[in-house]
Amino acid sequence: MKTSKILIVDDELSVRTSLSEWFLEDGFRVETAESGEDALQKMHGGPYDLILLDIKMPGMDGITLQKRIKEIDSDVVIIIMTAYASVETAVEALKLGAFDYVTKPFDPDDLTRLVRNALKQKDLADENIQLKEKISELSGADEIIGESDGMKRVFELVDTVAETDSTVLIRGESGTGKELVARAIHSRSKRRYFPIVAVNCGAITETLLESELFGHEKGAFTGAQYRRKGKIELANGGTLFLDEVGDITAKMQVDLLRVIENKRFTRVGGNEEIQVDFRLICATNKNLEKLVEEEKFREDLYYRINVFSIFIPPLRERKSDIMPLTNYFVKKYARSMGKPEKKISPTAQEMLLGYSWPGNVRELENAVERAMVVGKKSEITEADLPLHLNGDGHASENLIKLDDLEKEHIKKILEEAGGNVTRAAALLGIDRVTLYNKIKKYGLKR
Amino acid sequence: MAFINAHFPPFWRNLPRDLNHCVNYSFELIDIPMNLNLFYSKERNQYHSTLIMAQLIKHLPADGDKIIGITDADIYIPILTFLFGEAQLGGRVALVSTYRLKNQFYGLPADSNLLYERVLKEILHELGHTMGLIHCSDFECVMNSSTYVENIDLKFSRFCKSCQGILGIECEE
Ligand SMILES: [Zn+2]
Ligand SMILES: [Zn+2]
Repeated sequence: MKTSKILIVDDELSVRTSLSEWFLEDGFRVETAESGEDALQKMHGGPYDLILLDIKMPGMDGITLQKRIKEIDSDVVIIIMTAYASVETAVEALKLGAFDYVTKPFDPDDLTRLVRNALKQKDLADENIQLKEKISELSGADEIIGESDGMKRVFELVDTVAETDSTVLIRGESGTGKELVARAIHSRSKRRYFPIVAVNCGAITETLLESELFGHEKGAFTGAQYRRKGKIELANGGTLFLDEVGDITAKMQVDLLRVIENKRFTRVGGNEEIQVDFRLICATNKNLEKLVEEEKFREDLYYRINVFSIFIPPLRERKSDIMPLTNYFVKKYARSMGKPEKKISPTAQEMLLGYSWPGNVRELENAVERAMVVGKKSEITEADLPLHLNGDGHASENLIKLDDLEKEHIKKILEEAGGNVTRAAALLGIDRVTLYNKIKKYGLKR
Repeated sequence: MAFINAHFPPFWRNLPRDLNHCVNYSFELIDIPMNLNLFYSKERNQYHSTLIMAQLIKHLPADGDKIIGITDADIYIPILTFLFGEAQLGGRVALVSTYRLKNQFYGLPADSNLLYERVLKEILHELGHTMGLIHCSDFECVMNSSTYVENIDLKFSRFCKSCQGILGIECEE
């Protein structure tokens, strides 16, 4: 890759040194000149890709210098530096072919963008730098572990949709790893050299979410002393991942729909329209169809985001993934804690396999992490697992709820059957003896 | 590592520990009082970063290799409106300001964990410059250039493989 070469022309030493420092850190080759004459001299050592030119200097002024430079090298891109007082001259410079001008002092982001755009004009855009192979380990992303048929299906869908630029909706209970799937799609897509930016829409208020997504201008609300870039803007070129999309308010649904349709938005409190290009991936554990029916979720938005949908089955429906996941987490935490890897005792294994994992993979990961911390032995035993299981392999907490449910249900059926045990048993699909036992267990009246 | 004037939260004393996965310096934490008024610009209501750094390097202990200062003052260099930090490229001194890393500056609720993460990344970034690294185009690498606080949040507090290669180091997981 070719390094771009920049010439900074300014009579002020502090400007020359601080800009040199700035551009050197950005990986440019930098030279400086303290006057117009000096700059013309330096032109022989060119060519330069970009020249930053102070418009007001003693001796040869910026406008004259610009003309002379263009005579020597008509291809060079010139950016004019100006103080507020000399904006009119800067405009004149633009007419004479300068690329753009910046007013001193510069906002670092404006300067970066300006230089990038200027070089893009010269086809020296750093786009191809961004395209250098990114080493996947860096992302530190967890692998998705799964050997079950359910997860194999998920992987197939990920591969299929990754190649397209289609909007994706990922569904599944919380803790099933919806964000990991989103990241997997992104990292296999052509957008992988750009960021994937995740927003959890469920955890914050409408005002904060609005600023989070769209950004805001300085002074948009009390305390906002500087503009803020929203996640949509940050995702430009890459992927925007909206988690808990089923939780957003009616107003946000409208705003979101607009940006999906137009790929344009304005920052809160601003009026500049900003164009963006991103792929959208949404996730939810809500029943969106039901929300649409109840008119809590806009139907048009629903169709916009539900173009291709991937369902991640809950862990309890893919028991064959439990041990591979456990082993993966053991390795992961052993490494990060600097401890040796542990084996899982047979009873602990049984316990893991028997549990219903309402919190899914996340709960399993937490359980393993805890066991790695508290466990004293070289293997993880049932005592290290924070699961309260009984002989049936159900969490006792869940069992209580289930029992309550059963009790309520039987009570209701008995009432419907007018206290007739035979009829109630038939309605419940169990035999009379079992029903009698349950009536006794729950202390129900016939 | 020098805390300038400010009373930062006690847990910030963990900063050296949280840097050592990528930096094998042994850090010495020092508190230094500094009369920042000397570097104050009334016109800009900010403090001149380069001048603070010049003062800072005088505090580098005789057996020290580099010094990085942390201040809560809003810093600038004349040509730019603000800085998150400044470093001597391949040099011995660097400075990080927490002023614009705080959520409150953007009118958002304070978030002490997020602030800590940002400070950590900016320290590692400026240290990277003192070790001769230039900006990296990998947006997840700590050496990616950040002109917006939100860019910082996209980065990891580590060097990417390519920057690790340039430094001849390997960051731990
Ligand atoms: Zn930098
Ligand atoms: Zn890097």
